[in-house]
Amino acid sequence: MKQPEPVTQVKRRRDLALSVIVSQVPYIKFLGVSFDRHGDELTSTMAFHEDLIGNPMLPALHGGATAAFLEVTAIVGLAWDSLWTDIEEERLNIPAIQNGKLALPKTIDLTVDYLRSGLPRDAYARARVNRSGRRYASVHVEGWQDNRSRLFAQATGHFLMPQRDG
Amino acid sequence: MFWVIKFDIAIKNNSQVQINCLASSAVGPIKESMKENTLDAALKFIEAIPHSRKLGMVVEELGDGRAVISMPYDDSLIGDPVTKVIHGGAVSALMDTAGGAAVVSHPNAGVGTATLDFRIDYMRPATPGQVITATAECYHVTRTVAFIRATACDADTKRPVATATGAFTVMQAPK
Repeated sequence: MKQPEPVTQVKRRRDLALSVIVSQVPYIKFLGVSFDRHGDELTSTMAFHEDLIGNPMLPALHGGATAAFLEVTAIVGLAWDSLWTDIEEERLNIPAIQNGKLALPKTIDLTVDYLRSGLPRDAYARARVNRSGRRYASVHVEGWQDNRSRLFAQATGHFLMPQRDG
Repeated sequence: MFWVIKFDIAIKNNSQVQINCLASSAVGPIKESMKENTLDAALKFIEAIPHSRKLGMVVEELGDGRAVISMPYDDSLIGDPVTKVIHGGAVSALMDTAGGAAVVSHPNAGVGTATLDFRIDYMRPATPGQVITATAECYHVTRTVAFIRATACDADTKRPVATATGAFTVMQAPK
């Protein structure tokens, strides 16, 4: 009987793939966004920083920073979903990605719903891919801060999928 | 995003306000009329927003429900590692800022605003290396909601990079 793959090896492979994908996008670093992985589920965190403020008097997060955070979460979530099988079958070409060959989905449109003002603290988000076809995908993202059930923003977007060889 | 600006009635009643930011940031012997002082305060306020500053935004025009804001290209804003195209999120932040600025500069839109809803359509990738300029127009205001539309262009102003529509809150000054 085939032995199951050791857990440390599984985690190392998935975490390496995630960090390689995320590290290719300078803007993710600019915003201070990081990703936590549990199995195939990703949760993004936008660590609070003064540079994210849109209204210094309240203070509150900039709506543009919130929109960008949700868009980044949607794109990485979508890329992660579409690459998952390759990652699991060890077919992900990591050296090519590190050489600037990571083809990411492109945003067609994004609608952001601002539910309450963004507080000056860490924000979290999770994307759900509602439909992913060969060319187009539709993704919903939820963003929250202290309470998972009290969203501060949500977004829906459509994306153009990268055309894969073969 | 939230904005609070102590707007003066003098500027709110003026429908022809349009000042270049570069000229106003040189300040110095600027005319001491209330109109320009208030607009200058609004310009400074917008340019002092930390996230907008971090993105290098510059207010090019402001007044009468219209705002033009530019943002320079920077490698740290790249969203596509293959083409070096700027991330859509940075363009969203630019257009949201322009939308909020258009609302606060509208004669009937109260003293502050926050984004309720913002939809952005990306028509084409912005050319790497070029400045992106967003023009937002606050085209309708009710007692509680302000509606805006915005367009973002790079050097090729004939073909927009993105268009957006948004709904913003209207906060009336306490009586």
